[in-house]
Amino acid sequence: MNESLRIGLDIGSTTIKCVVLDDRDQIIYSCYDRHYSLISQKTRELLARLDADVAHGAPVRLSISGSAGMGLAIGSHIPFVQEVYATKVAADMYLPGTDVIIELGGEDAKILFLKGTLEVRMNGSCAGGTGAFIDQMATLLGISPSQMNEEAARAERTYTIASRCGVFAKTDVQPLLNQGARRADVARSIFMAVVNQTIAGLAQGRPIEGNVVYLGGPLTFMSELRACFDEALGLSGLCPEHSLYYVALGAAHHAAEEARLSDCIEAIDAFHSTESYNALPPLFESEDDLSAFRARHAQARVARRDPDGYAGNVYLGIDSGSTTIKSVVVSEDGELLLTRYQSNSGDPVPHVRSFLTDLRTQHPDWTVCAGAVTGYGEDLIRSAFGVDFGLVETVAHFTAARAFLPDVDFIIDIGGQDIKCFKIHNGVIDNIFLNEACSSGCGSFLQTFANALGYDIAEFAQLGLAARKPVDLGSRCTVFMNSSVKQAQKDGADVTDISAGLSISVVKNALYKVIRCASAQDLGRHIVVQGGTFLNDAVLRAFEKELQTDVIRPDIAGLMGAYGAALHARAQRRLHPGESTVLSLDALTHFASEVTYTRCGGCENRCRLTINNFGAGRRYISGNRCDRPVAGGKAVSDLNLYACKQEKLRALMEARNPQAPRGAIGLPLGLNLYELLPFWHAFFSKLGFDVVVSPFSSRKLYIAGQATIPSDTVCFPAKLLHGHVEWLIDQGVKTIFYPCMSYNLDERLSDNHYNCPVVAYYPEVISANMPRVHEIDFIHDYVGIDHRKHFPRKLTEILRRHFPDITLAQVRAASDAAYAAYDAYMADIREKGEEMIARARAQGRRIIVLIGRPYHVDPEINHGIDKLIAGFGAAVVTEDSLSHHMKKEPVGVLNQWTYHARLYASARYITTQKDMNLVQLVSFGCGVDAITTDEVREILEDNDKIYTQIKIDEITNLGAVRIRLRSLFAAIDQQQALDSAKEG
Amino acid sequence: MAARHVEFTREMREAGYTILAPNMLDFHFSLMEKVFHLNGYNVEILKNDGPGVMAEGLKYVHNDTCVPALLVIGQFLDALHSGKYDLNKVALAITQTGGGCRASNYIFLLRKALKKAGLDHIPVISVNLSGLESASGFQITVPLLRQVISSLVYGDCIMHVSNQTRPYELHKGDTDALIERWNADLIEQFNHGKGLSQKEIRANMERIVADFDAIERSREKKTRVGIVGEIYVKYSPLGNNHLEDFLRTQDCEYMLPGLMGFILFKIDNRIQDIDLYGGNPFKKLLCTFLKRYVQRMERLLIDAIATRPAFVPPSPFSHTKSLVENVIGYGCKMGEGWLLTAEMLELAENGYENIICAQPFGCLPNHIAGKGMIRRLTQVHPGINIVPIDYDLSATKVNQENRIRLMLSVAGDAQKKRRQQELLIAQDEAAAASCGGDCAACKQSAG
Repeated sequence: MNESLRIGLDIGSTTIKCVVLDDRDQIIYSCYDRHYSLISQKTRELLARLDADVAHGAPVRLSISGSAGMGLAIGSHIPFVQEVYATKVAADMYLPGTDVIIELGGEDAKILFLKGTLEVRMNGSCAGGTGAFIDQMATLLGISPSQMNEEAARAERTYTIASRCGVFAKTDVQPLLNQGARRADVARSIFMAVVNQTIAGLAQGRPIEGNVVYLGGPLTFMSELRACFDEALGLSGLCPEHSLYYVALGAAHHAAEEARLSDCIEAIDAFHSTESYNALPPLFESEDDLSAFRARHAQARVARRDPDGYAGNVYLGIDSGSTTIKSVVVSEDGELLLTRYQSNSGDPVPHVRSFLTDLRTQHPDWTVCAGAVTGYGEDLIRSAFGVDFGLVETVAHFTAARAFLPDVDFIIDIGGQDIKCFKIHNGVIDNIFLNEACSSGCGSFLQTFANALGYDIAEFAQLGLAARKPVDLGSRCTVFMNSSVKQAQKDGADVTDISAGLSISVVKNALYKVIRCASAQDLGRHIVVQGGTFLNDAVLRAFEKELQTDVIRPDIAGLMGAYGAALHARAQRRLHPGESTVLSLDALTHFASEVTYTRCGGCENRCRLTINNFGAGRRYISGNRCDRPVAGGKAVSDLNLYACKQEKLRALMEARNPQAPRGAIGLPLGLNLYELLPFWHAFFSKLGFDVVVSPFSSRKLYIAGQATIPSDTVCFPAKLLHGHVEWLIDQGVKTIFYPCMSYNLDERLSDNHYNCPVVAYYPEVISANMPRVHEIDFIHDYVGIDHRKHFPRKLTEILRRHFPDITLAQVRAASDAAYAAYDAYMADIREKGEEMIARARAQGRRIIVLIGRPYHVDPEINHGIDKLIAGFGAAVVTEDSLSHHMKKEPVGVLNQWTYHARLYASARYITTQKDMNLVQLVSFGCGVDAITTDEVREILEDNDKIYTQIKIDEITNLGAVRIRLRSLFAAIDQQQALDSAKEG
Repeated sequence: MAARHVEFTREMREAGYTILAPNMLDFHFSLMEKVFHLNGYNVEILKNDGPGVMAEGLKYVHNDTCVPALLVIGQFLDALHSGKYDLNKVALAITQTGGGCRASNYIFLLRKALKKAGLDHIPVISVNLSGLESASGFQITVPLLRQVISSLVYGDCIMHVSNQTRPYELHKGDTDALIERWNADLIEQFNHGKGLSQKEIRANMERIVADFDAIERSREKKTRVGIVGEIYVKYSPLGNNHLEDFLRTQDCEYMLPGLMGFILFKIDNRIQDIDLYGGNPFKKLLCTFLKRYVQRMERLLIDAIATRPAFVPPSPFSHTKSLVENVIGYGCKMGEGWLLTAEMLELAENGYENIICAQPFGCLPNHIAGKGMIRRLTQVHPGINIVPIDYDLSATKVNQENRIRLMLSVAGDAQKKRRQQELLIAQDEAAAASCGGDCAACKQSAG
């Protein structure tokens, strides 16, 4: 042998890959192994094995690559190659002629453009759409990733799943499962989400074409994932031999310095002992602390009764949660007779059926007087099994908590993927916090980590109690947490420290991200904690330590929803005496369910409906955004100012004039053009243009533009603009007008009248990132409509560059028309608002002021939340129909944005109106709303009003929104009942 | 109830209240601290760092707010809770630009945080030139403003030459020692009322540049990296996970555009606004005057650095501005606005083609002028190698450094290719010389 062996290691987020090359660059050895984050140890073992079996003690040339290998390599002075670069080196060697490489790894996704200018894209702070994400989804489906691939091959249809982040996708997938969607279809939908994520997040406008190569674990092992990429890209990519090992191959080719493996191993050992990380104080100082803690919590016990000795009336409570089903049976006196807690494996129906069957067969001498269901699966379980009552989770938990602590004033429930907490004020649920789009503070988060490290959740949590130096992981997203954990492990944290650290971060996330409190006094004096996650002593302890106060954890912390449901069933039955409709043993034996799909024709959303038929007229419809298909349009309120605005905008879209002398001009309906459409429509019509307006957004329109979105963290309304511009160009429009606007109109409600930076300047992004706009005239100059005098001159100057015959006089006339049209439009909105409020009051309807931005009127942006609220029978009005009632007043923030000033003004107005409540729509990623939400909340709470916030994104499932709204309505009802009791 | 708004009064100033202010650039801010002392303000630039700062930030500020707010406010509260200050004799100072991004709201977020912490009796001073908030105890007078600008000029000068010296110094530590020496020297001059006239500034800067040029350096060519981004994250080690320290370990030379450009940009915006939307011509005149003054100072800086050919001087603002003429509109002014895009082109033009665009996670203006412009920049300046890095309290260093390493690997590749090409050209030329330009290859290339 002339030259020493070359060894390349690729230490990724979950695996170690290794190749050894001989002097003719032939692969003589390769291996692939999960490292369970024991990076130093596994690398050491691997090198020792190589030294003994392959290198036989001879010097070799070694190089390390991979995201998790960096710290180790640098710390132990082994040459390191950045992994994307390594891939490129290998591709240049083995796959000449490749144009694009798509490589998915455990926690990273990369695209390399090799042809022309070399460009490398890798996921930044978002790890959605990677192997870890697929694993997480497989866990959710209760199958292995390879089974998931097999399932996907059998898919018949694809659901829309948010592709931005694993967390969002999960929020989409869970309800699909709960609603009975086929696993095969869900599996394929997840793959499609990965594809969309990769293309939207990484390609950023550069077309993926030519010879495409797929590399990395997920793409090697999952043929269906490759098929989904092929389909989306419209080509057929290649997954080469050794596709797992490209990074390792690149590293091997990069290896230059000779060293003995035994020396490398020594260096790794030395490195291992010098590691350090940010540590927190241990959860328990001593064994005594732990036992005192356990003794204290052992006191919070629910009254129980031996089921064998009991005969008579019983009440059933079921909590069909996101990942588990909890069922309880209580006696006439509310004592607990039976409980069951099980995973729902993606389909709760058979589990509930078996529970009910067992109940009926084993206890024939019990009379089921009533049952109630709560949780995500509420409607499904109710219709499937004829359960008498349904209630929203928050109310269920409150009911249960009150049984333990009658004067409870704060309840926090941390479940599988949601955090729910609320304050109780005068016996009414007053303030609800739900985690919006993030599940990092939840049980499934701990579970996923436990599994990744090879433990079951209970065992894993237990480990944290003994931790001496818990890792400080901060709060925030799971995605970030993954790499924090990785780094801590690299720095020598052991599994007990990580377990404790994760428990602490769950708590911090709940406190500082969801509730956002500064101290325990903020929360209340009588705190009940519940939900499965609190069964974990480490989480409970971390919570108490963080708040520096003792809390109550009922011994049935994981069953509180079900217990509350059972108590609710008992209370309801006492109010409404009658027979229970819960299925009899006979009906359970002959239980069958059949699933069909259809499209709803109720409105332009054309929701895809999944219908579960359980026979005997019991059916359950899901996939609907509003209650129209379910309620048959009966209880639905037609007082909806959002719908009214949509109609007015639609009328403008339809107001075309093909004979117009100047031809067509396109206006993309988004961001700053949304509310100003009447303005610009009148302006250009008057100038003699045929105004072409892009339609309301849709999923299809979004997908059409997604490839040119440069920033994956910008808000969804901005991302949609790309689709709107595409649409206009597809129509053959030769001129598009989309102005930059630092300033909006001054409504005298604020200190300044800015637009937010994204609304102000998004036309610049369109111009810089959509090549097609250069085929046409894309007018995106800076325009100030607030300077009414200066406006016509400026516009003349701009337009004459494109239409030289336009005169100042014409623009003046057009401007007058524009301002008049806008004023008339706004006046009309206000008038319609007044009218709706008056009618709502006459009809005794609740009035919900759904506040947001003008573009939240778009049905794809608001996901039909306006209709959902109307579906509850309430009138929906907008912030801009109320803000004019108020004068400018100081607020606690710098009030400098026109649209946002309306939020503060309308919030202040609502505090003067007893029958109005506010719901705020917030787009995910909206930086400005980090400020407005706090301020609006403060305005309302200072006046004892309930604040409700709904975060919206690409996400399309409304389950969480529904909970929030139902809780709000339940709280309003309660408050009203209390008020009238007081008055009466 | 909204947070209290306590004014910083003349009496407080006279009583010697300690005014705490956040840090961004060590050298610039230490000089400014001195300038404020000399004008009767007991300013102290905060240097506290570490997990305590972040914990306080997360606790008292909305977690979706951008990272500079979390850090700056965290730093204030960490200091206030440290026990080092008499809480009845302390004030806080924070800048407020008045632009359309969230940063203008930091002062309100700070007041909210103080209220949450039960410290809202502490006065908060808005440092602004827009007349947003005023306080009787804190007035930016013309002489004070001139002194502040002078300290910025010195700061920019030192930053510029030291960054071009440090990577090549033969005796490790020479550059930083010289920075220390000049810091002490300038403060001593300030103490004696010296060093602040234009003449003295010119003389001082020429000496500074000469001193740095005198440091013994190697002649190797290192990968050149430019750093742009949101102003706080770009400059403050607390905001960017000690980015400069990391780059120093990566065997490259980095360049940070100075603060002068940002100041000029903010003044220029006011003129631009009036041009675009109409407005008060007197205000325009005033801004034009101010702009000219700062540009004169900028000229001093550029001329001083240009005295030594070893250093790349910064481009004048007017040139930097001209680089984005057909790239992004001058009306794009929120945050760093068009300047961010322009600085990337300026850096690339000056030989710093490998660029780190450092921004807070979810930074709104950067969606436009940062990430939003990368595609266009690669068309305008092929070969530009930009990596956007998001900073966030929970984003890990590992991920950020990994992305920077990738950028550096690509840079190394490009450099290698360029060297090969240079070599080929040299060979061709040698061949051409030997054939006399007669061979087929030569004719083809000429035709």
